[in-house]
Amino acid sequence: MKNRSLISINDYSKEEILQVLDLAVKFEQNPSQELLSGKVIATLFFEPSTRTRLSFESAVNRLGGKIIGFSDSASSSATKGETLKDTIKTVSNYSDLIVMRHPIEGSARYASEVSTVPIVNAGDGANQHPTQTLLDLYSIRKTQGKLENLNLFIVGDLKYGRTVHSLLMAMAHFNATYYFISPKELRIPTEYKMYLDQHNLKYSEHADFKDIVDEADIIYMTRVQKERFSDPIEYEKTKNAYVLKNAMLQNTRNNLRVLHPLPRVNEISTDVDDSEKAYYFTQALNGVYTRQAIISLILGLKN
Amino acid sequence: MAKDVKKLKVSAIRNGTVIDHIPANNLFKVINILGLDHIDNQITFGTNLESGKLGSKAIVKISDKYFVDEEINRIALAAPQAKLNIIRNYQVEEKKEVIVPDEFSGIVKCVNPTCITNNDDVKTKFRVISKKEVSFKCHYCEKITDQEHMVFI
Repeated sequence: MKNRSLISINDYSKEEILQVLDLAVKFEQNPSQELLSGKVIATLFFEPSTRTRLSFESAVNRLGGKIIGFSDSASSSATKGETLKDTIKTVSNYSDLIVMRHPIEGSARYASEVSTVPIVNAGDGANQHPTQTLLDLYSIRKTQGKLENLNLFIVGDLKYGRTVHSLLMAMAHFNATYYFISPKELRIPTEYKMYLDQHNLKYSEHADFKDIVDEADIIYMTRVQKERFSDPIEYEKTKNAYVLKNAMLQNTRNNLRVLHPLPRVNEISTDVDDSEKAYYFTQALNGVYTRQAIISLILGLKN
Repeated sequence: MAKDVKKLKVSAIRNGTVIDHIPANNLFKVINILGLDHIDNQITFGTNLESGKLGSKAIVKISDKYFVDEEINRIALAAPQAKLNIIRNYQVEEKKEVIVPDEFSGIVKCVNPTCITNNDDVKTKFRVISKKEVSFKCHYCEKITDQEHMVFI
């Protein structure tokens, strides 16, 4: 992994994924380590994403590194018309690693081809967000004690949700059984079903999950956005089917945990927050350890 | 008799390459892909010729020019059924078919409007995932473009 950019979850093999998770465990045990002293990490956020940026910056700070960058393109030279290539080439002179978030899909891969330092993709449009996937895997393994042979319920916007697509592909390494729960208009795209078919993995599609929720080991909730619907009446009719309420967790497995990439709007009712099965806030904390692991592996400070 | 008439439509070449069975409506795409509009060789072409297989086909004859496979396979996207005749001294020395390459760059656009290649000065690059019903995955945005949505640059 040393000196290699992380753009897509597919850039890492199963072994490399496990290596990140194993190292993240060590950072959880001992979060403050001066590994990055004298190093400069750039966080270039061409679109705002406060949560992701703070998580990365917290990871760098805990490792004793320095941060340069910008938090949205209004405060960068992109507004003066500078090309992505020029920005990346310049910033790679000033830093040891670049974390970037950009609204255009494929921008991170392109940046990795023009940069002289490794790039970590913190989200390129609707395409990839690999560090989110790694923290999701960390959270799953931590709560279940394993990654293999789990029943994974993925709920909400399965068509546009990039975290869903990356998680689905990563969990294919671990023989997951997938339950896709979504409105008709936001079903999982065919290409991902083909991917699961090729890997001989079991999956099923559902319009509702009330009656099957007792089979779940993990429920991964995502936001269903009104703008995704061509027919607003359809949205009104279906929206409540994709809201998780505490009452629904009554007869579920003891090991069940509820995950959400956040920010949440109303798809998880606040009465779930106090349940021991709610894991989404700790999941966000795990993001810091996972990102500490990724940065130190790429910079060759740990192996 | 019919064969003789066909011969008259596009004259024979002494040495070079004949590309046959190009779908008539993709003739100029093939010319473009191979850069035939920028070379000095003698080129003759015929289009809207009758063809049992394609309905309406085009044929291109390029004198004194031989292509390497990698070069010629680039036309596979526009003319998957194209046949090549390598001509030496008026004789067909070799016949070849085009093969869809595993990877290619340029030629077509990525189907995704929010892909970097459609928003910045970045050349498209694809990995072919299916050769029968041609479809390919963008190296940058990872979206799949299929035959139906293929747009040539």
